[in-house]
Parts: sequence; structure tokens; C-alpha cells
Amino acid sequence: MDKKLEPTLAKLEKEFGGITSEYRGDASLIIAAENIVATCQQVQGLGFELLSALTAVDYWPRESPRFHVIYQFTSVSVNLVLTLRVPVPGINPSLPTISHLYRNANWRERELWDMFGIKFPGHPDLRRILMPADWEGHPLRKDYPLGYEEPQFTFNFDEINLRKPYAEE
Amino acid sequence: MPDIQEITVDELKHLVSDRAIQGETVLLNMGPQHPSTHGVLRLLLELDGETVVNCIPDIGFLHTGIEKNMEAKTYQKAEVMSDRLDYMNTVGNNLAYSLAVEKLVDLDVPTRAQAIRVILTELTRFQSHLVWLGTSALDLAAMSMFLYCFREREYILDVMEMCSGQRMMTTYIRPGGLWRDVPVEFEAAVRNILKTFPRRVDEYEALLTRNPLMLDRTYGIGKLTSGECLNFGVTGPMLRASGVKWDLRKDRPYSGYEQYDFEVPTRTEGDVYARYLVRLEEMRQALRIVEQALDKLPMGPVRSTNYKYVPPPRSEIGVSMEALIHHFKLWTEGFEAPGGAIYSAVESPRGELGVYLESDGGPKPYRIHWRTPSFDNLQSLPLMSKGVLVADLVAIIGSVDIVLGDVDR
Repeated sequence: MDKKLEPTLAKLEKEFGGITSEYRGDASLIIAAENIVATCQQVQGLGFELLSALTAVDYWPRESPRFHVIYQFTSVSVNLVLTLRVPVPGINPSLPTISHLYRNANWRERELWDMFGIKFPGHPDLRRILMPADWEGHPLRKDYPLGYEEPQFTFNFDEINLRKPYAEE
Repeated sequence: MPDIQEITVDELKHLVSDRAIQGETVLLNMGPQHPSTHGVLRLLLELDGETVVNCIPDIGFLHTGIEKNMEAKTYQKAEVMSDRLDYMNTVGNNLAYSLAVEKLVDLDVPTRAQAIRVILTELTRFQSHLVWLGTSALDLAAMSMFLYCFREREYILDVMEMCSGQRMMTTYIRPGGLWRDVPVEFEAAVRNILKTFPRRVDEYEALLTRNPLMLDRTYGIGKLTSGECLNFGVTGPMLRASGVKWDLRKDRPYSGYEQYDFEVPTRTEGDVYARYLVRLEEMRQALRIVEQALDKLPMGPVRSTNYKYVPPPRSEIGVSMEALIHHFKLWTEGFEAPGGAIYSAVESPRGELGVYLESDGGPKPYRIHWRTPSFDNLQSLPLMSKGVLVADLVAIIGSVDIVLGDVDR
């Protein structure tokens, strides 16, 4: 871990609780969901100007917490990176939005809603972003099956063709 | 099969101004099939005459579920999909993926492989900028630039084909090193590029930099301040054109970039013209890095000999039982990475290309997320395009240098 990061981590730990872990030199801090906006405000104040990534992991079939939402920050001025992990339960998952602090969180939170079904109360425009507006389900959840297309040969071409979801004329 | 719902203006009410509801401004659909959106980007424009009042990007037309697909494949097989993300920076994506896997399993890469990686990614950066220069100049009606840029790009694609057998989807950089060593013709081909290309960049500059039409269309258009850039997560040449000297190759070096001497060009204007100047200078710097890497290209192996993670060379399989077992195990069930999560980022031609990789101890990535630069860069488009003319919007889209495969993943 970078020595310069230690005071930041100590400060965040003291103020918001949370557990620091380290893997291959990357420090990550687990923060409770209710503290995330205050933590992000603090992190932004500490010079982490860039929200590099905002993503989630689904630990299905584990239910509480089912998801971890990962906030990856970069500080351009001090040249540091910091990861925050927020556990989110599987039933009615939701997290407060940080799109008013980091404006690129807008699309990234929409992506999380689209792909994982995590809601962000207070988000200005929480629509699906990558999938069509009428899509059912959230594709990156682990209980969502990976789709595939059946290969068509001459002997079963028509049979498979009937099953294909073509748009109706 | 549910009925297809249509999005109505009512649902987008919170995004357009009140004047659109009253019918004073016009809502116009631009794209997804529009040559100047560089792919399948749809923009819903609210226009007051020729002036853009609001611009609402609609993405996802090229969503291919790459993250989901990669989670279903072993580490070696998943790499093939990384080429298809940002199809202008294929080698760079391979490098980002390989570095992430190497960081996850703690694998060392021989110095020769690192140097060849640098040469190929810098050539890819050059060709990506060539495509950007050609297409964005074409948007400004400079037809001949497009032809010149694609002519030069062929030389670089020839080098890729020589190394990997593929022009674009190379998958040449693998976790632990390279697929194989470069062929003997490689050095001469790269030297030829190094000899001719600096003159070509001068030619582009002569055609565009002081061109009054170019200046009229780009100077002072689509401005972003450095604060706005950082707040929107904008990285790469766009951030540097706004005055922030941030380049991951320099600031968080990887793959041996710290040994090479190169400049990070910056401008302070933050407009379309500044982005053009920054990218053009980056092309020159890319050639500088290639030259240095080629001059001191060390000899030696190009793949790690840790056969738990890296397949042994073909020559060993015939004589070593152990190598055969490793080969068989690696290509059937793959290797088991230790459980953990990492984030590693490289500087792609468009900005910070990051990979979040989490392993649960199995042979497949439990979760892989691609932090693609175009996704964040494109988000600043509504801000940049407030109050510009439609024709300027086209210039702004060109200057963002989006690759829709990169945006939609």
C-alpha cells in the first residue's frame, strides 16, 4: 500500500467505521450504505477528484449482503487510488446517489440499475441505459442465465426459425 | 414476448426544457445511423432553430454483454473478447486485461515481452489517432485527410498481421507475456514506419493546423474546464487539452514505461482545437517511445516460465511429460486464480482504461468490469453542446473520439 494513503484511510476509518483490507498493494475500505454520501463528500474533499469506476459484484445465492458496490477513486493531484466497497442486501437493493458529487456517477448508477437492479433514490434520471427500455431482468446478476443462439442447420432451420423472437410485421 | 414499448416525450420530460413541451422548440433525432456519430450513437436534440438547447445521448445499441460473456469463460479464453470492446485499440485492451490478470495472480513478465508490448500499444495508439484524425476531419468536410490517414494506418495493421496473423483482433498480448516472439521482418517494418511517419504528421499539420476553415470550425468550440473534466470523469487527451497533466503512462507507469523519455502534451484551452493539437503531438510522442523501445529491445524469452499460469511452448510439449500435462490442464479447465479483487488501469488512446477483476478462487473471472474511457467522456457531451450550432455539435462529437464498442461494451 502507498504510504501516502495511510492518513486518508485512518481518517475515514475513524469517522465512518469500516474495515480496511489490502490485496496486491490495493487498499479497499468497506463502508456502510448509510454513510456512503458523507464518505464520498469527505473523499472528494481529500483530493480524490476522479470517480474512476463505479461497479458492483453479485454474490448470489448469498442474500445479505448480496451485492458489493465498488467505488474506485483516483486522485490526480496526489496520485493515489482508493477503493470503497459498500455491501447492499439482495432484497430491495438501494443506495443513495452520489451523482451530485461526481457527475459521471449519473450514467454509472444508471448502468448499475440496468445491469444489477440496484436502485439509487435521488438520482435525477434513473432509466435503463444499455438494455432496451422494455427489457425484463438485470443481466449481470448471477441468477440471470447467459443467453445463446441455437445453430441452425438445413434439417432444422425452419423449426428453430419459428422459435426466434422476430419483431412482428 | 412482451409488447414493445415506445418511449414518449412524456418520459423524457425531466430532460428537456419547458419550451419543448409547449412546442416552441423542436425535438430532433440524430442517429443511431448517422455517419458523424462515429458508430451507433443516438442523440435526441432539442433545437431552437439551429441552436442546440439540450442534447440527450441514448446509448446501448452496440451492447454485446462482454462482461457477462467473459465471466463464463476461463481467463485465457475470455481474453478474446477484450479485443472486441474498443476495436480501435485492440492491443491496448489486451494489455489492460493481461496486466490485470498478472496483478491478480502475481505473475512476472520478461523484459523483452514488456518492450514489445510497449511498441505494439504505441503503434496502436498511433493508428487509433489516425482513424480519429481521418474521421473527425471528414466531419469537417476535409475529405482528403481521411484517405491519407487510412493509407498510413495500413502500414501499422501490416505490422499487427505480421506478428499475430490478424490485422485488428490480435489477442497477441497474453497474460504472462506474448503469444510468441515477433518475426524477423518486424524490426525492418517498424523502422520503415519510424522513418516515414514523422514526415506524414508534418503533412497533416500543414493541411490542417493553420487552415482557416479548420480554425473557424474548431477554435473555442466545445469548451471544458479542468474542473468539469475531472468531475465528469473525463480522462485522456480531452483532460490534457483542458490543462491537467495526467497520463497513466507517466504518473502510474506500467509495462516499463518509466524507462522511456517522452513528453505529455497539454493545452489549456479545452476546446476542439486544443484536443486536435494534443492528439497530434501524442502521435509524435508515440513514435518517440517506439523508437526508444526498439533501440534497446532486449533479447530473451517473451513468456513467463511459470507454467501454472502460462502455457509451455510447443517445443517442450513433445519432450516433457510435465509440459504436456500443464498444456492440457491450462486449455481444458484453465488455471485457478487466488481469490481477491484488483483494479488496474492503463492509458488507452481515449483515456483511463481500467479493469476491475475479482476472483473467487475458480478458473473463471467471478466479476470483470471494464472501465472504458469513452463511456465517461461521452457523458460530458450534453454539457459541451449547450447552446452550440448543430454543425458545431458534429465537430464536438468528433473531438470526443468515441468508439461505440467502448461505450456500450
